[in-house]
Amino acid sequence: MNRASLIFLALLAALLPLSLLAGRVWIDPFDTRATANAALILAELRLPRAVLAIVIGAGLGAAGAAMQGYLRNPLADPGLFGIAPMAALGAVASFWLAPLLPAAVAAWSLPLLALGGAGLGMAALALIAGRTSSDAAGGAGGGIALFTLAGLMLASLAGALTALAITLAPNPFALSEIVLWLNGALTDRSWREVALAAPLIAAGIGMLALAARSLDALTLGEEAARSLGLDPARLLLLLVVGIGLTVGAGVAVAGIIGFVGLVVPHLVRPLTNRLPSSLILPSALAGACLVLAADSIVRVLPFVTELRLGIALSLIGAPFFGWLLIGMRRGRL
Amino acid sequence: MTLAAENLTLTRGGHEVVRGLSARLTPGEITAIVGPNGAGKSSLLLGLAGLLAPSAGAVTLEAGSLAALHPRARAQAIGYLPQTPDIAWDVSVESLVALGRLPWPGRGQAAIDAALAALDCEGLRRRRVSQLSGGERARVLLTRVLAGEPHWILADEPLAALDLAHQLGLIAHLKACAGEGQGVVVVLHDLAIAMNHSARVLVLKEGQLIADGPPSEALAPAVIAQAWGVAARWLGEPGAMALATGPGPGRAEQGFG
Repeated sequence: MNRASLIFLALLAALLPLSLLAGRVWIDPFDTRATANAALILAELRLPRAVLAIVIGAGLGAAGAAMQGYLRNPLADPGLFGIAPMAALGAVASFWLAPLLPAAVAAWSLPLLALGGAGLGMAALALIAGRTSSDAAGGAGGGIALFTLAGLMLASLAGALTALAITLAPNPFALSEIVLWLNGALTDRSWREVALAAPLIAAGIGMLALAARSLDALTLGEEAARSLGLDPARLLLLLVVGIGLTVGAGVAVAGIIGFVGLVVPHLVRPLTNRLPSSLILPSALAGACLVLAADSIVRVLPFVTELRLGIALSLIGAPFFGWLLIGMRRGRL
Repeated sequence: MTLAAENLTLTRGGHEVVRGLSARLTPGEITAIVGPNGAGKSSLLLGLAGLLAPSAGAVTLEAGSLAALHPRARAQAIGYLPQTPDIAWDVSVESLVALGRLPWPGRGQAAIDAALAALDCEGLRRRRVSQLSGGERARVLLTRVLAGEPHWILADEPLAALDLAHQLGLIAHLKACAGEGQGVVVVLHDLAIAMNHSARVLVLKEGQLIADGPPSEALAPAVIAQAWGVAARWLGEPGAMALATGPGPGRAEQGFG
């Protein structure tokens, strides 16, 4: 565990208790007359929500670090490359399909269809980019460029189909549900969502960690990386499955939460030796901190309805992205 | 550990870029690959490094086929320095050189230190790659290859973009590697450097080997006229030759149209 990991672990340890106490009902930890209500709020509302924020943030942070390493580009965001939009499309499809399903299945249809969408996106990416990476082994090159284009193609296709589903919404109620859901949030999430997402995201981070040394090799370019023993097909598989699990499971339980995967590796990179392998674990921890802090803040903001977490993070993330672009123009990245 | 191409044909983008080439390379000396633009030099180097699969023929390392070797074992035996080595992240010199150890288990700090010392890069250890001059950068990238302790060092135009002093410095380092028994294969543009510093020269034209031997034979004026279409003659003494060129018969007939 490197220095950056320790810093963000300590930050997370400080943020978690604060997050548990903050909300519409502030809980006073020194109040000895703690009510049953407070205990219930903690155990059934605050704690699962905080754990889910940590899990989702960790997945997005790790996916961002791995994605930037793979594309050798500090402006890559895992959400840009098809998997998150495909998961969102699956979730939107569930608004149509749920009424047709038996009640027991319908309750789970949204996360399951979102995971299905992510899986479909992963398969399409692996099929298109996998072929090119074996081509690259034959010297044609361009594996990473084709991966990017395939991801963008998927993202725009999924985006268009999602927009179609919205315009054809069966009723205004479904319409507002879809739109609300697309702007991710952690409101009213329970241990059920944690149980669904946590194992998948943990497995995904594990896959990305396995890819770390191969991502380091890519620092020197594709040919030099292969000369160091990199297996492009194995790397692509680890990456597609790892990002599919981390991002797909996150979208399945919380909707689209953007910019975490883009912003977090940037904040972490200067604290590390800048190689992707040293970035994945601290980015996971920093992502957990960011989503946990942002979710705690939207909870206490004095709005009539809670500001959606996805909107809040994009409000912070988009200007940050612009600042990065300006920094890049000045050659400071 | 000999590296050999046997009737090697390489195809890129549907075109045969190297055709039926055979050459058995021996370690302990510098072999230069030269030829006009588009002759297939870089492709041949990629093929010899096992990074471009033969469409016919084979590359063998010692007795076995290179293609059958596990990528990790191949990476331990052959170090490859690409022509335009870009570095995606602004890492420290030591982190960059440590990447050369990726084919091996463990960190291999001793090998990293030895490589840094061999190329006089110890003082650069903590420097970021963005803070290096062109010459330092080229040296550090070669250090990365050396850190992997490969039997073979394959470098694609390692001297491009270097000034005269740095060119000679890098060549001296490569000579030292060959002196230690490593095989060194370099693609070169500068024929005088190939003439003065290599033990053997392979001349390529349109994907075919048209000369192979000690530089005084492989770079004879007749070969230069055949490969480049330029009339040229060597001036000076062995080890310090310079190439004097004039318009050749081929170029004169073709004109520039």
